[in-house]
Amino acid sequence: MAKVIVITSGKGGVGKTTSAAAFAAGLALKGHKTVVIDFDVGLRNLDLVMGCERRVVYDFINVINGDAKLSQALIRDKRIDTLAILPTSQTRDKDALTKEGVERVIDDLKEDFDYIICDSPAGIERGALLALYFSDEAVIVTNPEVSSVRDSDRIIGVLQSRSRRAEEGLEPVREHLLLARYDSERVARGEMLKVEDVLDILAIPLVGIIPESQSVLKSSNVGLPVVMDPSSAAGKAYMDAVGRFLGETIEHRFVKPERRGLFQRLLWRTA
Amino acid sequence: MSLLRFFRPRTPPSAPLAKERLTVLLTHERAARNQPEYLPRLRREILEVIGKYVHLDDDKIRVHYESHGTVAKLELDIELPNQSGSVAVPRQARMAQPAAS
Ligand SMILES: Nc1ncnc2c1ncn2[C@@H]1O[C@H](COP(=O)(O)OP(=O)(O)O)[C@@H](O)[C@H]1O
Ligand SMILES: [Mg+2]
Repeated sequence: MAKVIVITSGKGGVGKTTSAAAFAAGLALKGHKTVVIDFDVGLRNLDLVMGCERRVVYDFINVINGDAKLSQALIRDKRIDTLAILPTSQTRDKDALTKEGVERVIDDLKEDFDYIICDSPAGIERGALLALYFSDEAVIVTNPEVSSVRDSDRIIGVLQSRSRRAEEGLEPVREHLLLARYDSERVARGEMLKVEDVLDILAIPLVGIIPESQSVLKSSNVGLPVVMDPSSAAGKAYMDAVGRFLGETIEHRFVKPERRGLFQRLLWRTA
Repeated sequence: MSLLRFFRPRTPPSAPLAKERLTVLLTHERAARNQPEYLPRLRREILEVIGKYVHLDDDKIRVHYESHGTVAKLELDIELPNQSGSVAVPRQARMAQPAAS
């Protein structure tokens, strides 16, 4: 049975798109047939992060409106054969997404894929609501910072009251906390909330801790999901998170700053 | 202590304060979020009904909603003006007093 996973946060710029690309690529690398949908209508970016921007012909909205077939809009990843992406449109029409349209596309995708990842836009408006509405599981991307934690709490409230599962009284959406852009050095100095602080406050299970890492920018520059960069700490952390998501027991890494001598500190560059 | 640490000016850690502020704020926001949407309207209508009999200031009626699983509890706390004068005494407090003659 195919599963729908929303990557959401409330707040913008916390790492949703990066995480959606990493999760999708990670699941696909583990052999699961995976598709990732960009719900950020008007601000298409997932194609760029996934490195397929030049192959976009038709998009999600074209399929919803019946202007293109789903098979025409889906882009098969050239590096991982179990991975596909459904890009969004650049339209400024806020009502381009409809609940019926989204449901139809998701139902069709369920025929061919094991996992359907929905990359949510920021906010709690139409686009974000539709991205989470049909979800079975939710990855809540949070930065260790007050406004991000607050917005995550709000979006958890929305998942619990306004998702299809909530409205139809089904088993609730399974929630996973993904703590992103974690800077263990700043945490150690007491400048940033610790993992335990965020867990105490949000009280949902932790699926992963993604370190702040320069490799994320490097990957997006070249259009490679960060899990495909074997030297990236963030990539490893995302692969661990995917493993935990699938039920594996994996210890958390990148929580404590690495011990480095003064010489290394001066020369050190993030991998 | 490393050399870099030595040169860095020490400022008190701010993360504990962040956690405390978030805890307080989210306790409030969660309580407000779980209330039924009709609550403000209900409160206004109760105020109108009582207003037919006694004058009541807007802040003298408090509606508290609590939900635990399948049961929900609605508490109304209405502060009526004292019959004899202008000093308002909470209703509960007044009931505990000897009946006014
Ligand atoms: N772990 C990380 N380390 C460093 N930079 C990151 C990390 N995660 C995300 N970023 C950067 O943060 C910015 C916003 O990320 P993005 O995934 O687009 O967020 P969102 O989709 O939530 O708006 C991007 O520039 C991205 O490269
Ligand atoms: Mg995004």
